[in-house]
Amino acid sequence: MAFDKMELRDIEVWDGNFAAAQAMRQCQIDVVAAYPITPSTPIVEGYAKFLADGYVEGEFVMVESEHAAMSGCIGAAAAGGRVATATSSQGFALMVETLYQASGMRLPIVLNVVNRALAAPLNVNGDHSDMYLGRDSGWIQFDAYCPQDAYDLNFIAFRVAEDHDVRLPAMVHQDGFMTSHTAQGVHTMDDDTAYSFVGDFKPMNDMLDFEHPVTHGVQTEEDWHFEHKARQHNDLMTKVFPKIEAAFDDFEKLTGRRYNLVEKYDLDDADVAVVCMGTSVETAREVAKEMREKGIKAGVLGLRVIRPFPFFQIQEALKDVKAIAALDRSSPNGAPGMLFNELAGCLFNTDTKAMLSGYVYGLGGRDLTKKHLTDLYTELQANVDAGKITTPLQQFIGVRGPKLAFL
Amino acid sequence: MLEIRWHSRAGQGAVTGAKGLADVISTTGKHVQAFAFYGSAKRGAAMTAYNRVDDKMIMNHEKYMEPDYVFVIDPALVYTSDVTINHKDTTKYIITTHMTTDELIASQPKLEGKEVYTVDCIQIAQDTIGRPIPNTPMLGAFMKVSGMYDIEFFKESMQRILAKLPQKIIDANMIAIQRAYDEVK
Repeated sequence: MAFDKMELRDIEVWDGNFAAAQAMRQCQIDVVAAYPITPSTPIVEGYAKFLADGYVEGEFVMVESEHAAMSGCIGAAAAGGRVATATSSQGFALMVETLYQASGMRLPIVLNVVNRALAAPLNVNGDHSDMYLGRDSGWIQFDAYCPQDAYDLNFIAFRVAEDHDVRLPAMVHQDGFMTSHTAQGVHTMDDDTAYSFVGDFKPMNDMLDFEHPVTHGVQTEEDWHFEHKARQHNDLMTKVFPKIEAAFDDFEKLTGRRYNLVEKYDLDDADVAVVCMGTSVETAREVAKEMREKGIKAGVLGLRVIRPFPFFQIQEALKDVKAIAALDRSSPNGAPGMLFNELAGCLFNTDTKAMLSGYVYGLGGRDLTKKHLTDLYTELQANVDAGKITTPLQQFIGVRGPKLAFL
Repeated sequence: MLEIRWHSRAGQGAVTGAKGLADVISTTGKHVQAFAFYGSAKRGAAMTAYNRVDDKMIMNHEKYMEPDYVFVIDPALVYTSDVTINHKDTTKYIITTHMTTDELIASQPKLEGKEVYTVDCIQIAQDTIGRPIPNTPMLGAFMKVSGMYDIEFFKESMQRILAKLPQKIIDANMIAIQRAYDEVK
């Protein structure tokens, strides 16, 4: 192949954006159509530089909007190539229409989403509003907690999405600034090892295969639409988890790094647990450890895969926990919160008597401090001691002014 | 855990400095984290950047920090920002100024009773690099105050990190680092 290899040190100090860009280089993506937006800009900028410097054999398509960026990716993926892009926030919102097209057309595109708040008011910092906006779009959603995860999950996303039994697009989420612009040590793979994990792209129903003409993006009305959507959902529900788990197993064999559908931390004997996503998972682990030193049996459940939702894995992980906090980093705007609702759905038909309370936190990049989490665990323990929930069901953490609580 | 907060203006290289320091420390087997608060990031606006260093994997992603060291790389920020916010009794300050340490403390009473070191990173950068980019000299001063690494090892490491720059600029940075190392008081 006509490109240069790059020498990497075993541990590079990279931020999440550069880690994702390096993963995209090592996967040798054929087409990136992109419209840069903060805080995801350095991902596609990095890829474009690798391309210009001869490290990638591919095509960078400059477009006039995120809607066009995803449209370009859809076209390239339908033509039969390995395709990826990156976006955030408003750009993600503008992509939404085309996200449903990509999943409905079963095109294995990888989208790096650097999570950021949605306006108004305008805000460039990290929260999960855009990630939540994508959750019904039919994409697989992986969640990174740190730059290492952002690197690793890109390879896993390509492996799973491009599998001919799956053929569904995948997002790799990382927290805006808190991961994307935070430099940490990242264990790297050399170029050959990294590429061997994803392998050569194997086209399926590609439009450039003129011997086998196919139609993409058809219209179906009430005669067939439901069957298409039902089969798509069926595949997302039944075919994706085994492929993800196989990819996680193979990745562990290759690198020694273990990923799981849900990431359990000290949950086996936990009385109180926090369920959250993104960088908060790691901070919560540190606080849970400190709570144990104070005699509170604290644990953390992190979602590694958000869609498909690991319903039974979460049931199992939380079955003996007495008080659970669902932490939503997105304004539910008139509901209890996505994680609260999903957890309630998971646990409702089980024997658990766990008390579930919801917390909204960190909007627009507001800091989630260790102090906040210490107070939260203390509150959960108070619920356990009292045998009932002693606080409102929906509280806001870290907002200025009078304490906000609802439900 | 060693924690550092940088006070800078956007464009003075605090983020590059914090990431460069993290990179050097990482090569010695320690775990590192470098990040910044950007806001709307207008060139010249006051901003802060951060380093965490530990022997264990760093799990803490909170932005709140009670720093062991505070680096101030723009002289005016001592007066327009609160460089002592969230301080500990043991917090050490390395501040860019043309004044002596005593003169500086007299001009900013908040620094009274604190462990303050001064060095004129702006002048050093002007003299050597030819531009007021005070980030690498600050790291030279930090090596002296903290005794973290031998200055020759640190300069060698920084040469690798700055490798993308023209040789002339790299050489100028090495002189700047050494001068700040020698001049910090």
